[in-house]
Formats: sequence, C-alpha cells, structure tokens
Amino acid sequence: MQAGMESLSFTLPGRKPLPAGFATVLVGVVASGNLEVMVELATGSDCTFEVATSARGFGSIWEAVVRDFHDRHGLAGARVSINDMGATPAVVSLRLDQAAAGLP
Amino acid sequence: MNAPLPWNRRAQRREARLARVTSALGTALRGKQVDATQAVALLEAALEPGDRVCLEGNNQKQADFLADALVQVDPARVHDLHMVQSVLSLPQHLDVFESGIASKLDFSFSGPQSQRLARLVSQGRLQIGAIHTYLELFSRYFVDLTPQVALVAAQAADREGNLYTGPNTEDTPAIVEATAFSGGLVIAQVNEIVDRVPRVDIPAGWVDYVVPAPKPHWIEPLFTRDPAQISEVQVLMAMMAIKGIYAAYGVQRLNHGIGFDTAAIELLLPTYAESLGLKGKICQHWALNPHPALIPAIEAGWVESIHSFGSELGMEDYIRARSDVFFTGPDGSMRSNRAFCQAAGHYACDLFIGSTLQMDLAGNSSTATLGRIAGFGGAPNMGADARGRRHASDAWLKAGQQARTGRGGASGTPRGQKLVVQIVETFREHMQPAFVEKLDAWTLAEQAGMPLPPIMIYGEDVTHVLTEEGLANLLLCRSDEEREQAIRGVAGYTAVGLARDRRMVENLRDRGVIQRPADLGIDPRDASRNLLAARSMRDLVRASGGLYRPPARFRNW
Repeated sequence: MQAGMESLSFTLPGRKPLPAGFATVLVGVVASGNLEVMVELATGSDCTFEVATSARGFGSIWEAVVRDFHDRHGLAGARVSINDMGATPAVVSLRLDQAAAGLP
Repeated sequence: MNAPLPWNRRAQRREARLARVTSALGTALRGKQVDATQAVALLEAALEPGDRVCLEGNNQKQADFLADALVQVDPARVHDLHMVQSVLSLPQHLDVFESGIASKLDFSFSGPQSQRLARLVSQGRLQIGAIHTYLELFSRYFVDLTPQVALVAAQAADREGNLYTGPNTEDTPAIVEATAFSGGLVIAQVNEIVDRVPRVDIPAGWVDYVVPAPKPHWIEPLFTRDPAQISEVQVLMAMMAIKGIYAAYGVQRLNHGIGFDTAAIELLLPTYAESLGLKGKICQHWALNPHPALIPAIEAGWVESIHSFGSELGMEDYIRARSDVFFTGPDGSMRSNRAFCQAAGHYACDLFIGSTLQMDLAGNSSTATLGRIAGFGGAPNMGADARGRRHASDAWLKAGQQARTGRGGASGTPRGQKLVVQIVETFREHMQPAFVEKLDAWTLAEQAGMPLPPIMIYGEDVTHVLTEEGLANLLLCRSDEEREQAIRGVAGYTAVGLARDRRMVENLRDRGVIQRPADLGIDPRDASRNLLAARSMRDLVRASGGLYRPPARFRNW
C-alpha cells in the first residue's frame, strides 16, 4: 500500500451466495476522483470489504456506503476490494452497483 | 422674497467638468476623441473627490484600459470615490482602494477578487454599502446610486462618438442611460475608431469622451464548459432533472446556471430527452448566454429563442449564422443586454436551475464561504419567485397549485410559482459537504458587520433540491419539519443526510415529496457519458459545422 493511504475493512453476514465457478468482476479505474472495485469469490458466508483510500478520515462514511450497498445486494462468500483515489460517495455507490450488475 | 433657488446645479457641475477637461487636454482633445496617452489627465480633470463612479466591470467585458488609468490618478486630486459597479473582476478594481483613490463600494459580484475584498474590508480600507443582485444595482443607478462619471468599454466608435458595443453589450446601456441623463459624464474606451459603426448601440449624444485603447478590452469566456469534464454523476442528475422536473411540469421557458451540472442537461436534450419524446414539449425559450454546450440542441431543432445577458468568446460566427434563434441586429451581430435579460429571467421564465456551495436545512443557499465576499451576481433574480408576475403558464400554475393546495386565506389564494431548482452533488471536491447545519454566511455577516447573512437564494424560493440521491419537491412540504427531512432525505452521506429520520423520509417518499432515481424510472447504471450529445470541445465545434471557434485555452488539438 502507498504511503498516506488509509485502509479500512468491514465484514458483514451475507444472504446471497455467489455461484460456483464465478469469475472475478472488475469495474472502474484508479484515477483522481475515481475508484476501482473488484468482486471475488471467498470462503465462508460473509461479505468482506477491503478499502484502500487516498482520502483519510472518512471511515464512518465508508461504513455507511458499504452497509447501504450490502442492504441492497447482500452478497455471501464474496470479497469486495476497493482502490479509491478520492471518489465522492456518489461515485463509490455507482461503481459498487455497476460491479453488482456484472454478477451472474 | 428669497432669491430663486438654482435648479440646474447638476448641469453647472457638468459644464465645469467639461471646461476643466478642455483646458487640461488642450490640443490632445479632438472633438470627443482623447489620445490614449492623455487618459490619466482626462480622469484627473473630469473627476472630483467623493464622486460616484461606475467603472464598467461586467461579468465578462472589462473597461480595463480606463481601470489602468484610474489607478494612476493622483490621490491628492482624486480621492474617496464611491465605486458603483456590478463586478469586481480585475486587480485594478481593488487597487483604487489600496491607494485611497476610492473608499466606498456598492457592487454585485466579486468572484475572482473575493478573498482580497474580504481582506480590505477587515483592514477597514474599504466600506461596502451593500451587495446587490445585478437588477437591483442597475435599479439603484436610477434612484440613489446614480454615477457622476461612467467609464465604459465598447468595440468601436465613429468620429461623432456613436458606440458599437458588439455582442458583449452587457451592462453598458443601463450605466450610460443613468449617467447621461443626470448631468454625468460618460467616457468610453474603444478598440477602434471607424468611419461608420455597424450599428449604434449607444448614441453619440450620450457620450462625452472616447479614448481609443492600445489593445482590445478584456473579455472572460465565463460560460464555456468542456464536455470532457462532465461526470457520470452529473449525467445522472441531468436525467433526473429532465424527467422529474422539465417533463413533469412542461417547462418551456427557462434559465440555466453556468456549472457542469446544467451543461450536462443541455447536452442530454438531443439524446436522452429526445428518446423520451420531449422535443417541442420542453426547453424552447431561454434567457441564457450563448452556451457552447447548447449547440447540439440548437442544431437538432430544440430551441426557438435565446436572449442573452452577454455573449461568449468564440460563438460570434455561430450566433450570426443562427439569427432566427439569437437576438441579432441588422448588421448580423448579437445584441446582449444584462438588465433586460435579468428582467426576462425573472418575469418571463418558469424555471431557474443552478448550483450552490452550501445549503442549510431550511433550503437557504449561499456561495459565501469564510474569508470570501463573493456577492450574488444574477442568481437571486433568476432564483426567486417573481411576486409581480401575473401571466399564466402550465409550469407556473402547476407549481403554484402544489404549493397552495389545502391552504386557506392569503397563502391559499390561487397563483402560480416559479420553479427554482438547486442541483448539487452531496459532496463537492475534497469531500466538502454541500449540506450544512449552518451556512458560513452567518459567520461572514458577523465578521464583516453586515445587516443580513449574504444568502444567495432563500429557502422560501427554492422549490426543488436535486442531488445524486434523489429529488426533493419542497412545494409539497407542509411544515418546516417536513421540509427539513425532505432536504436531509436527499443529502446522501453528509452529516446532515446521515442524521435523517428514516421513517419520516420513507413517508415523504411514499407521498412523492422525495423521488429516488428508481421512482423516476431511471437506473443510475444507465447514466453514461455516452448519452452526452458532445463529449469534447471538438465535438461542439463539429456540431456547429465549424462555426464555433473556442478560445485557445479550450483547444487541445
């Protein structure tokens, strides 16, 4: 991880398991005001979110954004990795929903 | 019986000024024409201490050569001027206060000079009379802030002193009329002297001196927005504006702010709005500067008419070639007029949509932030219900009905209402929240000793708040509490948004007070930049058939 980045991690109980043989989904780009979201298969029934962000000190907002996304989709057995370069919550939510739309 | 009072003191004072100039300039004065090298001498002879002076600082066009000259006058001869000008744009506009040439200021907008203005006020070197809207300041030119001397800018003059302002007429007619008909002096800087002006924008009889300036006056291309910088979130909000407001009310007559959010709307008309079958049903008449972003909609036949406050650099030939749409003279070039266009936006438009920096829980919005006195410009004239309006339109009647249904007495008397929309992303760049418990304007008012906080658009006038999270229709709110929750309900992940009463917000959504993108039949994932009718400056040039010529700074090819 780069210096000055903040890393955050959230684990939430899932409802909808990803299908077996699911291929990784990647949306977005790491650029100023933007972010990259990757969804992968993981063991267990939780959904874990690993956030690396260049904007420090916004942990509570990330938690709220991630919880709302999880309320909408409830992925189980999934790992969601986020590389963020100062995107606003609006852009983060949009990318997360785009990633979820790419799921089978 | 007393000796008769002199009733022509203004005329006498005017004669004295003219005589001083004649004697100071000697042979350097030929008719009304003054050599550029004598500009400082002209001002020193014409001006008197304490004069009210309008130095034409417009939103775009600047009398920059005369501003340079004013800075150079001897403060022992000319001091304590009271500047009455709409825009403080150039450093010279504040330099005159540093040197004591001027001491008092009444103005409308100070965008680029807002920080330095705040500093001068806190140092006590500058006293602000009031911060106005454009129309309000122009109105005061005819009541109690009439200029004794006006320093204006024009494109060309003939040898008689007739002025051609070119497309950027802007404030000039209002300034000159107030000055010339009250015994004042009108001094114009011009880019060139010609035998015959293409058309007379200001008649020679209203002009006292003409100074050919060494270089053309400065104009700022303030309304050019590069489509390449429009984000998907702005596309989403533009889709919501078109479907949730323009289509819902049938908005035919409108004004847009200058931000990227509204540029996105302009660029979605020939694509997204066309796909909804809205052509001819919305957006036919505009009070708007010639926004390059509107070119694709004009070319697709969406637009019937546009009247403008000022012009926009690079749009001259395009405007000339689309004279059915723009207001142009017999010579073919555009005639703008800020005062008339502000009146048109206020009285004859059904909708204003623009952005802001901060909004509070009552819906009050402000672009004043700590350490900056930015002023208002024209937004409050556009973004206010026109209480003097009496003619009806579908959009105006529907808004009025929504606001008044169920009320009695005076507040239930049927009348229409202007749609005033604030379009904001919940967070600006660097994660600055757009929604706050208390506007910075309150602190600024305390620090600068203002009688009121500088609120740009009052919550009472705002009808809709549009963010990426949703659209709040404040017309349907029936209490301050509902209004607060409607605003919190679209404030996203800001502290204001997170503190919402979730049950009340869901109830407001059930009543249609709050509409999410899904409620409008919009999937945020469809909000793609591919919907924009132009995605770059080059696309805009292409859409114009090569008639639009953007300034160099906007060209990367």
